Amino acid sequence: MWNRTQMAARVAQDIPEGWFVNLGIGIPTMVADHVPAEREVILHSENGILGMGPAPGKDKVNAWLVNAGKQPVTLRPGGSFFHHADSFGMIRGGHIDLCVLGAFEVAENGDIANWATSENDSAPAVGGAMDLAAGAKRVWVTMEHTTKDGAPKLVERCSYPLTAMGAVQRIYTNLAVVEVVPGRGFVVKEIAPGLALADIQAKTGARLHTDG
Amino acid sequence: MINKIVASIAEALQGVKDGATVLMGGFGAVGQPDELIEGLIEQGARDLVVVANNAGAGKVGLAKLMEAGRVRKIICSFPRSAGSTVFEELYRAGRLELEIVPQGTLAERMRAAGAGIAAFWTPTAAGTKLAQGKEVRDFGGRPHVMEYALKGDVALVEAWEGDRWGNLTYRESGRNFNPVMATAADLTVAQVHHLRELGEIAPDHIHTPGIFVNRVVRVHRGHPWS
Repeated sequence: MWNRTQMAARVAQDIPEGWFVNLGIGIPTMVADHVPAEREVILHSENGILGMGPAPGKDKVNAWLVNAGKQPVTLRPGGSFFHHADSFGMIRGGHIDLCVLGAFEVAENGDIANWATSENDSAPAVGGAMDLAAGAKRVWVTMEHTTKDGAPKLVERCSYPLTAMGAVQRIYTNLAVVEVVPGRGFVVKEIAPGLALADIQAKTGARLHTDG
Repeated sequence: MINKIVASIAEALQGVKDGATVLMGGFGAVGQPDELIEGLIEQGARDLVVVANNAGAGKVGLAKLMEAGRVRKIICSFPRSAGSTVFEELYRAGRLELEIVPQGTLAERMRAAGAGIAAFWTPTAAGTKLAQGKEVRDFGGRPHVMEYALKGDVALVEAWEGDRWGNLTYRESGRNFNPVMATAADLTVAQVHHLRELGEIAPDHIHTPGIFVNRVVRVHRGHPWS
């Protein structure tokens, strides 16, 4: 099994130099810490930042510079600021190479549910999740393979309200790396050390395929 | 002589009517025109429809205005945040209408209003419950949702610098929704940290040209969330 840090590192390994990347909150945010310093990957934040850098030291906080989670960040040389309509134009216009999101569920057709846990959610909050899932060139999800109660999060059809249809291409969990292939479903690309395909299948709510 | 600079918050908010749709800039606390928003309490307008990314936090700004019972409806992308207790209480009590709009669609609806576009088609939210009841059409084999322009009667924005023609600059991530909202209302009021002489802001550096701005008021405030 991989831990959260290893999951973030595993995602970072697959991001090539030159990509514009938007990272969601949680494990996705940690991905930035695992991109090697010599590999230039440009981070986008939907509140109007390109070239976002890591969190500042406690004595270096700039109250004017926060990320989409409203946490203080820094700006790398070459970074820029712009307004919200431009920022989401970058997303919807297909200029963002990759968005890494967390999720409650991903279905074998690439549907993603990551913004509301029930139809009766008293005060839902969507933020930029739907724009990112529908607009980014690629959507990868990183999340635990199951809920805390052991229920599968990779499923045939999402039971929670959808964020976007058919959006997800790849899933990085604590157990495996899984591609979502149109017409085929979940294809396992890599299994965490010490596990077998059958272990993963037992914790998955849809059929797993392999390339072999 | 054109002079959009006014001396007080009260003067800046003159004429805001009951039932007005008020666009409020900011992303969390950054770039949020709290002095203007709180000024609405004294100004007296009621039954307001507020368009903002968040639904206020703590007891300041939008939260204070909501607590004073002035807001009928809020149109936003992310009402829940750390400290959004005033919103939560009013919403649970059924005293506040809520329209959730995806963040990019929210920005684009106001951009459209400011640019004279009545409506547009976006892939965002297609197939989700936020598209329920909306027109859907396929473009290039992909479903798109029709979204209408969202115009304000009033826009309240926060800028870093302003001059008497209403030209504005913003600071770092304090820009966010502010320039978009400035274009999208009949009356745009900017609170600024610094007043500049005409010509002092380099023309190449002006983010919002004064054509979009009606009033500018200087506020004495520190950095956001400080």
